[in-house]
Amino acid sequence: MAQKLSESLTDFPILNQEVNDERLVYLDNAATAQKPNQVVDALTHFYQHDNANVHRGVHTLAERATAAYEDARHKVQHFIHAEKPTEIIFTKGATDGLNLVASTYGEANVTAGDEIVISIMEHHSNLISWQQLAIKKHATLKYIELTADGELDMADAAAKITDKTKIVAVAHASNVMGTVTPVKQLAKLAHDHGAIFVGDGAQSVPHMPVDVTDLDVDFYAFSGHKMMGPTGIGVLYGKEDLLQAMPPYQYGGEMIGFVHRDNSTWADLPWKFEAGTQNIAGAIGLGAAVDYLTNIGMDRVQAHEQQLVDYLLPKMEAMPGVTVYGPQDPAKHTGVIAFNLDNLHPHDVATALDMEGVAVRAGHHCAQPLMDYLGLVATARASLYLYNTQADADKLLTALQETKEFFNHGTVKAE
Amino acid sequence: MGLSKLNSLYREVILDHADHPHHKHDLAESTNTITLKNPTCGDVINLEIKLTPDDKIADIGFTGDGCTISQSSASMMTDAVMGKSKEEALKMAKTFSDMAIGKEHPQADLDELQDAAILSNIMQFPARIKCATLSWWALQRALLEETDDTSEEES
Repeated sequence: MAQKLSESLTDFPILNQEVNDERLVYLDNAATAQKPNQVVDALTHFYQHDNANVHRGVHTLAERATAAYEDARHKVQHFIHAEKPTEIIFTKGATDGLNLVASTYGEANVTAGDEIVISIMEHHSNLISWQQLAIKKHATLKYIELTADGELDMADAAAKITDKTKIVAVAHASNVMGTVTPVKQLAKLAHDHGAIFVGDGAQSVPHMPVDVTDLDVDFYAFSGHKMMGPTGIGVLYGKEDLLQAMPPYQYGGEMIGFVHRDNSTWADLPWKFEAGTQNIAGAIGLGAAVDYLTNIGMDRVQAHEQQLVDYLLPKMEAMPGVTVYGPQDPAKHTGVIAFNLDNLHPHDVATALDMEGVAVRAGHHCAQPLMDYLGLVATARASLYLYNTQADADKLLTALQETKEFFNHGTVKAE
Repeated sequence: MGLSKLNSLYREVILDHADHPHHKHDLAESTNTITLKNPTCGDVINLEIKLTPDDKIADIGFTGDGCTISQSSASMMTDAVMGKSKEEALKMAKTFSDMAIGKEHPQADLDELQDAAILSNIMQFPARIKCATLSWWALQRALLEETDDTSEEES
């Protein structure tokens, strides 16, 4: 039995409500996570007490705001075990961070005939920026395929990554397959061929301990909102020497050293990549989310979700007419569970579950090439987080059973 | 019980159309065709229409894959517009679109829609309105000879 990690009903008042006259069971955490009071309070406190623009002002509020903003950067640095705060760049989110790398490092280092290697299960955010870069530079985009079990095929990775490869970009955890990729091995493989490795941490950082130094990744992007921070704030980690050598991403205030009529110099890291007034409150809110997760401990967050998966996954797999995608072994499956019910479109399933108060995602999960690869149009997806309980898992199982019965009692019959 | 509310969305006639869709096939010859995609789920409809020289719908067929609501809506749409003039069909598409977002229409307009009028409940399920309107949107765009649109993207 998974133990409760947090006082979910007091820390997360949003969960304490009824939807369609049923207790809300929020299982769409891979899309976005709910925010604890501590994060909301940090935003409120900032706007009510400390709000000012950072780095520029001389007055007291500006100093407080700057201290709070830079303190958040330090929290993130320690959370992902980066060596220096200068390696932590605040972005809008994982998508923004990945685009930054493609537009700066990619633009400067990829030329005709080079290869960029990604995997077939990438989210569009870690796919389209590379695809478009490859088109622009006349480079080749290669896809690492999956094993029959839905895990990244490391033999294929070893074959696809060659001396022509300049960039390898793969998600640390899949937003569809429920798998974790061996990022440390991939980074080594990339480095052995003189390429850099870019990790998409959107689905990993919120759910497991991540140590970017140990993984030896060159860049690593993630979003604040999936780890209980506000929307519109994210992080790009980059190795200092790479960031130093890269051109700026955007130009404007905050990111400059000196500006003359005919030329300019750039601010030091990380501010070189933070043009214009940043999402200051968002960064501070993200810092509060990092504190919340740190207080619980990422090992415990991961263990809690694993216990729920151990409970839920075998029961879903044993249910007639239910197909679960990705590894069938719970030990190899994260709390992201994509599934379908026989002869039912996932949108119909999601509407039915919503009538039972259960919030799941239905669609292609921004991974259309993966859907094509799996021969699917769409799937439903339940995704867990630290505030979910065994009672939530039971509610999903009951709701799935009732959904099946509802449609079987109608005129839609199994073929 | 939460699921009892589903009865207002998945009425028997809707489930029947979804299970046995009418006119779900390619046409041997057509004058107007379109492929449309529902960006929220990736569903696709290919709609083919054969207009007579005086702009009457002589035949109509659709293919593709989708949810219960989109399949039944397409089936009911083809039933409703078969034999109608281009102008009448465009008016019906407008009525349906309005109905789906809860806009009032005279009962006579809704009667024109035949079975499809039963989807008026769709407005209670905002996330599913696009499922119901996709085929009517395709009809309108095919009749107005607009181009395919498969470039929509969801984040």
